[in-house]
Amino acid sequence: MADQGEVKLLKTWSSLFGLRVVWALKLKGIPYESVDEDLTNKSDLLLQYNPVHTKVPVLIHNGKSICESLVILEYIDETWSQNPPRLLPRDPIQRASARFWAKFMDEKVNLELLELLMAQALPSMWQAFTKEGREQEEGVASIAENLKLLEAELEGKKFLGGEEIGIPDFALGWLVNLVPVFEEILGLKIVDEERHPSLSEWSRRISDIPVIEESWPPRDKLVTKWAAIRDHFLATARASSG
Amino acid sequence: MANNNNGDVKLIGAWPSPFVMRSRIAFNIKSVEYEFLEEKFGSKSELLLKSNPVHKKIPVLLHNDKPICESNIIVEYIDEVWSAGPSILPSDAHDRAVARFWAAYVDEKWFPNVRGALNASSEEAKNAAVGQLKEGMALLEGAYEEISKGKDFFGGEKIGFIDIAFGSMLAWLRALQVMLGGVKLLDEEKTPGLCKWADKFSADPAVKDVLPETDKIIEFAKLLVAKNKAAAASS
Repeated sequence: MADQGEVKLLKTWSSLFGLRVVWALKLKGIPYESVDEDLTNKSDLLLQYNPVHTKVPVLIHNGKSICESLVILEYIDETWSQNPPRLLPRDPIQRASARFWAKFMDEKVNLELLELLMAQALPSMWQAFTKEGREQEEGVASIAENLKLLEAELEGKKFLGGEEIGIPDFALGWLVNLVPVFEEILGLKIVDEERHPSLSEWSRRISDIPVIEESWPPRDKLVTKWAAIRDHFLATARASSG
Repeated sequence: MANNNNGDVKLIGAWPSPFVMRSRIAFNIKSVEYEFLEEKFGSKSELLLKSNPVHKKIPVLLHNDKPICESNIIVEYIDEVWSAGPSILPSDAHDRAVARFWAAYVDEKWFPNVRGALNASSEEAKNAAVGQLKEGMALLEGAYEEISKGKDFFGGEKIGFIDIAFGSMLAWLRALQVMLGGVKLLDEEKTPGLCKWADKFSADPAVKDVLPETDKIIEFAKLLVAKNKAAAASS
C-alpha cells in the first residue's frame, strides 16, 4: 500500500465531479479529509491550489494539488495502484477506450443535459421564439442520439469498463442521481427502461454499490438547487431580451 | 504494412490538423513508421466514418485494425505501447497529472479561441477571442517557467506531453498572428520563455517535418473560413 500521506479533497456538497473523486477514494479505502467549498466565497485553499480555474474538485496530496476530475481519478489509480479496484484497465487498447468514453461523457452527455435544462426553460414562456424552440428540439434529439451510443456501448457489459467498475462508469455515474432530478424539473423522460434497457440495468447496478449509494447528495436539495438555477437563467434571459 | 514488429500502424489524418500533428510527432519520437492515410479536404472517407463513428473526426490511429481516437489519448497510447522509446509522459504521478491538466487546458480553454478568432463575424467577437488567447498565453508562460525548471521544454531536456499538446498549435498560432494583422501572441516581452521554447520545439528533429510552414496554414485557413461561412449561410 502506497504511503498515504495527507489527502484532502476540496469539493461542494452538490458537485457531481467531486462525487466521482469521493467514490474513487472510498472504493479504494483511502482515508481523506473533505472540505466543502462555498463557491460564492472561495477559500484561500482553493485559490492557492487551483489558481488557473478556481474550480472544484481539487485533490491535495502531501501538499501538492491535482485538478480536473478525470485527471484526479487517473492520479488516484496510479498512486494507490495496490488498492483495488483498478480504475483503468491494464491493456493499452482498453485504457484508450476507457479514456475515450470518459471524455465523451463530459463533452457530450453531461454538457448537453445541462444545456437541455436551460433550453427547456424558454419555449414554454415564448412560443414566438422559434429559434429557441428549434434549438430545444435539437438539444433533445442530440441527447437521445448520445444516449443511444451509450446504450450500444453498454450492451452485454456489466460496467462501461467491462467486468469491473472503472473511470468511464465514474464519469457517467452522476447521471443515475441527477437525471431523475432533471426529469422532475422539466417534466419529461430522458432515460427510460424501454429505450435504454442496458443503461437502466447499469444504473441499478451502480446504485447498489454501498459506497456510491451512501454518497449521493440529498435529492430534494438537488431539486431545489437546479430549479433555482433554471429560474435564475429564465429571469436573466427575460431581462436581456427586454 | 509498416514495421512488421510494430504491427500494422496506420494514421488517418490531414497535414493541417494540429491534432493530427500530435500523433505524428509522438511516432517520430518513438521512431515508429506508420502509413499516413490523408483525408481529402471537405469529405470524410468510409474508413474514417467506420473507425470513429462517434465523432467522425481525425486523427484516428489504427493499430492492427483497432481504432484509437482523440489526439491526446492517442499520444498516451503510443507512449504506453512503444515504451522502449524515449518517454513522453513524465514518470512521477503528480507530474503526469500536471501534464494532463495542461494538455486538457490547451484543448478546452485555449484552442476554442483560435477558432473563435478565425471565424469571428464581428470586430468585437474577434477582439474578445484574442483577449482570451493572450490571457491563456500568460498562463502558459507561467506554467512553462514552473514546469521546465530552466530546461528547454515542458518535458525537461526533451519534448514531453505538454510540449506536444501545445507545440502542435504553433503553426496555427503563427498564422493567426499574421491573419489578425500582426497581433502578438508569442511576445518577446510578455512571453519570453515561450518564444524561446517555440523556436526550440519547431527545430526539434521529431517536429520539423511535421509542423507546416506558416504560409501554407494561412492559405488553408482562408479555405476553411470560406467553407465555414458558406455552411453558416446555407443553414
